[in-house]
Amino acid sequence: MPSLLEIKDLHATVGGQEILRGLTLTVEAGEVHAVMGPNGSGKSTLAHVLAGRPGYAVTKGEIRLQGKDLLEMSTEARACEGVFLGLQYPVEIPGVSNMYFLKAALNAIRSHRGETELDAIEFLKIAREKAKLLEMNENLLQRAVNVGFSGGEKKRNEIFQMALLNPTLAVLDETDSGLDIDALRIVSDGINALRSETRAILLITHYQRLLEYIVPDKVHVLSEGRIVKTGGKELALELEKSGYADFEKKDAAAMTASA
Amino acid sequence: MATNTETAETIRSLTGEYKYGFVTDIAAEQAPRGLNEDIVRFISAKKSEPAWLLEWRLKAFRAWCAMEAEEPAWANLRYPAIDYQNAYYYSAPKSDADRPKSLDEIDPELLATYEKLGIPLREQEALAGIAVDAVFDSISVATTYKEKLAEVGVIFCPMSEAVTKHPELVRKYLGSVVPYSDNFFATLNSAVFSDGSFVYIPEGVRCPMELSTYFRINAAQTGQFERTLIVAEKGSYVSYLEGCTAPMRDENQLHAAVVELVAMDDAEIKYSTVQNWYPGDENGKGGIFNFVTKRGACRGRNSKISWTQVETGSAITWKYPSCILQGDNSVGEFYSVATTTNLQQADTGTKMIHIGKNTRSTIISKGISAGRSQGTYRGLVKVLGGAENARNYTQCDSLLLGDKCGAHTIPYIESRNRTARVEHEATTSKISEDQLFYCSQRGLSQEDAISLIVNGFCKEVFKELPMEFAVEATKLMNVTLEGAVG
Repeated sequence: MPSLLEIKDLHATVGGQEILRGLTLTVEAGEVHAVMGPNGSGKSTLAHVLAGRPGYAVTKGEIRLQGKDLLEMSTEARACEGVFLGLQYPVEIPGVSNMYFLKAALNAIRSHRGETELDAIEFLKIAREKAKLLEMNENLLQRAVNVGFSGGEKKRNEIFQMALLNPTLAVLDETDSGLDIDALRIVSDGINALRSETRAILLITHYQRLLEYIVPDKVHVLSEGRIVKTGGKELALELEKSGYADFEKKDAAAMTASA
Repeated sequence: MATNTETAETIRSLTGEYKYGFVTDIAAEQAPRGLNEDIVRFISAKKSEPAWLLEWRLKAFRAWCAMEAEEPAWANLRYPAIDYQNAYYYSAPKSDADRPKSLDEIDPELLATYEKLGIPLREQEALAGIAVDAVFDSISVATTYKEKLAEVGVIFCPMSEAVTKHPELVRKYLGSVVPYSDNFFATLNSAVFSDGSFVYIPEGVRCPMELSTYFRINAAQTGQFERTLIVAEKGSYVSYLEGCTAPMRDENQLHAAVVELVAMDDAEIKYSTVQNWYPGDENGKGGIFNFVTKRGACRGRNSKISWTQVETGSAITWKYPSCILQGDNSVGEFYSVATTTNLQQADTGTKMIHIGKNTRSTIISKGISAGRSQGTYRGLVKVLGGAENARNYTQCDSLLLGDKCGAHTIPYIESRNRTARVEHEATTSKISEDQLFYCSQRGLSQEDAISLIVNGFCKEVFKELPMEFAVEATKLMNVTLEGAVG
């Protein structure tokens, strides 16, 4: 049985600049991993490379999802295979209702899985259920995708989408950023409710605050495009005290030495 | 060719005095190439028109000859000079014997488009001009709607029939909104118009159904110079749907139509168009040159005219559906989506002329440009001195797909009344990579993502369309923009 997610020696460039430099990471089904690191360490790049965003070029290494080669797949094929990326800055789509957007998305994924497409009524029933989970006001479902949503509403909307699309691998990029304490609790409760034996969740975050609400199985520290330390949830607390400076210094020294 | 010679002879014999009905026994289908007074006389004679109408056509023709130098050059359009003497100005419907007998004889690409649009097979046959036999379902439909309209006194018939059956109405209103001397293309139309629709809604009548040119397709195949006239008497209402979403596979043809609307006190006319004439191929070869004059007069108090258009076809579009807001408290609306792809060019917009007090107008224009196309919004809001408290709100949004197309917004605002309030908002944006990525990360294909975003962009206009039309317009946008972004 292959691991749910297996990343080996991943190198990736953005705009010709190498950001990921030999990242290796394995996540098993049912696990929640946190990837932490300072700004510029490559956290967001990792998230976007997993999702297959155009402009992010993988130059070396491999990514396997349940044994399947993810790098071979287009962005939408990865989504259909169960990769979900919760964005740090969710995008607005004027004139397109949230419901319409999500129905189209869910049906695209369902038809990829060989399931029948849902009609509007069936979809609405499921959507209302999931909306409750995120304590989302129903009028947000009718409004245009993320247009005029507050920061907290946008993030809640991301997790609501995750709940609907039921991914195998959820990569949540800075989901906690810009949330006040109440919104953070709601979003965290939502994510916790979505923990499952068949799913892996990758939490990408700068602060350990989120990890007080969502307790991870493992914490990884990312620096200069590599995982430099892996530990249990206590590693996050350690980081909170000492900061990332240690890792950065060490890395900078190594770079100077090799230059 | 034989028939052409025969026609030419007839024309020669017609020269000089016009004799009413002289040519009725002629079987010719097409007048010879070119345009002169004799051709105008020929068209009028073929239609057995009364003398006043021939005179009107001739006046228009003479005016047009004097306008030679006035072919509008101000539009943001580039096209080779049109040789007006190298075109045919009269072409009667072909006899059933010449038409394709079945769908097997129709261009498969055309059929593929119909299918994508979800047009039922029977309609496809009608649209493709297939000879329709007696069992065609529409015949019973046509009869039912005619009876229903007659009950409430609504007249809805081809213009040529109206000229014969309701000459007093046609004479009173024809050219009353767009005079024969109005502009180069309208004047040409006045001289040679082929057919079109005539609609008359009597006082206080709410037309019981949406009137659509489709119902008339079998009755009269309209030519490239159709002329439509809609009159709504006091307190009446009508919604008129023009065009079908079928592409015309004609090569670089000139289409110069005129539409006139007249709304009396408390009357409302809603005029919706979905225009999808053949736009030419991806190299800009072929396609319709669409030069159309559409104007509505809100003559009465509290009258309302609303134009909604979805323009996706034609190689060249030159079109400014306008409202003359004469009656106090009258309302003019213009909702437009204009899409250009490949090498298409569109210069389209509206004119809102505020004359009466408390007149209001709203302009919502959405332009979408893809490929190497150019889209221009050109609109005039004019408030005359007596238009106390006139209000206008204009919103022009342009969406660019790709980096080789262009979008232009050219508003003209003239206000001669201090109490008037005129607002103009304009935006230009591109479909962002962020939006496309967001959609594809949620599982949507690139094409579905584009159509979703574009339809969202057009929503404010689509919601003004009657239900079935809105569905067609959405599908049409998807078909039009297929492969527009590589």
